[in-house]
Amino acid sequence: MQRFLLATVLGLGSLGACAAPGSAAPLFEETKTAMPETPLDSIVFRTLAKKDIRPAYCSDAVFVRRAYLDVIGTLPTADEARAFIRDPSLNKRPALVNRLLEREEFADYWAMKWSDLLRVKAEFPVNLWPNAAQAYHHWIRSSIRDNKPYDVFVRELLTSNGSNFRVGPVNFYRAMQNRTPEGIATTVALTFMGTRAENWPTNQLAGMAVFFSQVSYKPTREWKEEIVFWNPDKSLAAPSNSVAANATNSPPSPVLRSPAGPLVGLLPDKTKIKLPPDRDPRELFADWLVSAKNPWFTINIVNRIWSWLIGRGIIHEPDDIRLDNPPSNPALLAYLQKEFIKSGFDMKHIFRLILTSRTYQFSSVFPAEKMAQAEPLFAFYPLRRLDAEVLIDAINKVTGTTDLYTSAIPEPFTFIPANKPAIALPDGSITSPFLELFGRPARATGMESERVNRPIPSQRMHLLNSSHIQRKLEEGPAMKALLDPKRKQAEIIEDLYLTILSRFPTPDEVAKVDAYIKSGVVKGREAGIDLAWALINSDEFLYRH
Amino acid sequence: MNEKSTVRNTTTPRGAPLTRREALRRGLFGTAGVLLADRLITSARAEALPAPVPGKAKAKSVIQVFLWGGMSHSDTWDPKPDAGYDYTGQFSSVIPTNVSGVQLGSLFPLLAKQADKFSMIRSMTHRNNGHETAAYLMQTGHMPGERLAYPCIGAVFALLKGYNAGYKGLIPPYVVLTQPQGRFSESGFLGSRCKPFATGGDPNAARFEVEGVIARGITDQRQTGRRDFLHSMNTLGNTLPENPEIKIAKDAEQQAYNLILGEGKDVFDLAKEDTKLRDRYGRHTFGQDCLAARRLVEAGVPYVTVNYPGGWDTHSNHFATMNKQCPQLDQGLAALLQDLADRGLLESTIVWCCGEFGRSPKVDWQPPWNGGRNHYGNVFSVMVAGGGFKGGQIVGSSDAKGEEVKERPVYPIDLLGSIYELAGIDADAKLPHPLGFDARVLASSENGAKTAGRLKEIM
Repeated sequence: MQRFLLATVLGLGSLGACAAPGSAAPLFEETKTAMPETPLDSIVFRTLAKKDIRPAYCSDAVFVRRAYLDVIGTLPTADEARAFIRDPSLNKRPALVNRLLEREEFADYWAMKWSDLLRVKAEFPVNLWPNAAQAYHHWIRSSIRDNKPYDVFVRELLTSNGSNFRVGPVNFYRAMQNRTPEGIATTVALTFMGTRAENWPTNQLAGMAVFFSQVSYKPTREWKEEIVFWNPDKSLAAPSNSVAANATNSPPSPVLRSPAGPLVGLLPDKTKIKLPPDRDPRELFADWLVSAKNPWFTINIVNRIWSWLIGRGIIHEPDDIRLDNPPSNPALLAYLQKEFIKSGFDMKHIFRLILTSRTYQFSSVFPAEKMAQAEPLFAFYPLRRLDAEVLIDAINKVTGTTDLYTSAIPEPFTFIPANKPAIALPDGSITSPFLELFGRPARATGMESERVNRPIPSQRMHLLNSSHIQRKLEEGPAMKALLDPKRKQAEIIEDLYLTILSRFPTPDEVAKVDAYIKSGVVKGREAGIDLAWALINSDEFLYRH
Repeated sequence: MNEKSTVRNTTTPRGAPLTRREALRRGLFGTAGVLLADRLITSARAEALPAPVPGKAKAKSVIQVFLWGGMSHSDTWDPKPDAGYDYTGQFSSVIPTNVSGVQLGSLFPLLAKQADKFSMIRSMTHRNNGHETAAYLMQTGHMPGERLAYPCIGAVFALLKGYNAGYKGLIPPYVVLTQPQGRFSESGFLGSRCKPFATGGDPNAARFEVEGVIARGITDQRQTGRRDFLHSMNTLGNTLPENPEIKIAKDAEQQAYNLILGEGKDVFDLAKEDTKLRDRYGRHTFGQDCLAARRLVEAGVPYVTVNYPGGWDTHSNHFATMNKQCPQLDQGLAALLQDLADRGLLESTIVWCCGEFGRSPKVDWQPPWNGGRNHYGNVFSVMVAGGGFKGGQIVGSSDAKGEEVKERPVYPIDLLGSIYELAGIDADAKLPHPLGFDARVLASSENGAKTAGRLKEIM
């Protein structure tokens, strides 16, 4: 098996990884030649053909695991994996995607993703406070569950007024370390335009900042409640938040006023707009931003979704869009933009287009020396370590255990019910040592790169050798049931594979397990625990592949 | 330079042959500078790390003993025997020390015999009475509520004294015994590579089970056996041996195993210590924490925090808690100072001990407190020793009842600035921020941070 795979990978001449017909069904790849099926595929395959790259598809077992982890951040159960692999129907892959898109965990997982970008955290470095973080997360999660059109989603974030405890989206303006108009403009540009405004010419940033110069905050008599509102009397000259103002690096920008008096805002496309005194300038900005005609708006979101699912942006990094960072496949980007507009800003439509394409099914097995060249063309599915939350949820699911999530600070203390998975945690301040160790983002900057999934030795030590993980393996009720001594050895091995790696073991693997049992290193139940331990520590478990 | 070579000499267990050391170093954290670096930091670090302050750094390591919750100053290190029962409660007696004219509360007889080794700051002040904010202030030197979440002093050491600064030890450069405090031992915007390595486990147990390093019930034979088993079962990894992601994972695993199966873990093996010495530190978690801290310093670890195992937030049940915890604190700290001095390590090791604030000098006799003390940041005490700090001195003073600073206030940046200075770290150095913000090791007086000057009188 392995030899076969390696032979195909290192294959003769062509870059592709097509299996030779007639050989045993490969573990990670399908034997049939990849052909474009959807319009999206045609665009991707065209660029691949130019470079003489012939991609291969992943196997059913790889697909079921990939789809669950990518779409709902959750491992399939052994039964789900088994049923999918054995399902003979031809369109089972798109059918699975469509089922997953409707699962509750879809809302949990993508609310987590958005909560990173929108910085949902009770305290430090942004101080939303617990009630507000909950309200903010609740609004985000409901929006995703209901598939709220993206233009509405963004407009609500940009233009809401009210209490941080009651009106979730107002917390957008509170979840910033820098609440000066420039700071807000920078965050808006990063979040909704995917670009880093701190690199803009100063007058351009100052011009955009004018639209946020009248955002105001006031406390109420309720502890830690804050009202976010439009204050027409406020000018740029008096920054809202003296602490933030002190902490800014640059001096406040000159107020942009025409000689007659009204504020003049400068849109990122360099259009000047006189701000009428009777309209909240944030609405004028939203009118410009949230529009089918605004490429910043559509490119940012479709490129992000692509990057989340495929592992790399068409423009990469997805939040570093600028003229001198061109898309690797402009036709693909244009296609997704067009579809997004046509669908009425339907995010799930873009998810579905990508996930039901053949391109999404490419194998992750690819010759290492060609990867750098092929990656921007999306010729293979890149390996990505599981997110911290997804990883601990997967381990808990496999072992039938839970972790305790609390936030002792700030008050009021927060405890999370034991059955809640980490992907559903609403507030970045609610955490655990595991999540911290495995690179849960600080939700400080809203940048994609804040989540670091690069493995470090202390993470490996934890997975290989901590009492935290060892206890789950030894005492977890699901593990106990699996390793019931009354069960047959072959059954146990098969179930462990399906539970942990979402696939059947190969005969070669079964033989190795057998040899380990006979080696005498371990006795009885320990052998099963060590097999589960080995599978959890394998790259196949730790990486989306 | 001098410092670098010394660190190198102490990074492996004594007596190990040089070639073996080389091998270990390369195997484990030799490349960790690269591996531990996260993208946030590296991208912002086109600029070089701040250079060490010219001149010789006296301190090579720091042991911070943190008394989470805030220990009463007036019952312990700044006694006010004449303040009356409403202030002293049952702790109205004081004892002399081995430095004439210096007295401590009577709960610290062993520490009193070490008074020539430490100095006591009795005029620490920041006037902040919230646990989170005061702890942040005392360990970052920045005002809570500033725009940025700063790293604590240990994380700054991990950055500026860690792998990118020539540290080559097997143990991560910033270790916490045994539990992290939560966000206050965190790395702020510096990212995951500056996070502390929290040992977990109990050094007073028969075997100090350092989380991830030493596992219960797993023999070395099984460790080795199942490692080989894992390698043979790693089908995807074996299919893609040249994949860059797999290679990174493999490196990390290799380094992890060097600590799990290699000599690095011996540092945590307290059974290697003389029984009498272990007794002197005290057969309780805190005492053995202190012993483990000394072993870590001996191995060259730049920053070790001992989080006192137990709280000092004694709103109620105050006197009973003090009677229980102070003798352990006394024993552990005294043994640590004596042991460091005996080994010639005190000169190069700063030991500092305090909580995030003191406690109200006037006892709260009302229910529900029934004789408790509340948060008090107006004035409290900090013990500092070694690494260039003089011993036997008292810095500043509080007023007759221990309620306000009387002489020579010491603000957080004065204390932390002095520690940084002794360690050769420029307190005004720029820290790498992911968004490129201007972030300095310490807040400066120009930005409104209060200061009354570094502790020159004891440096």
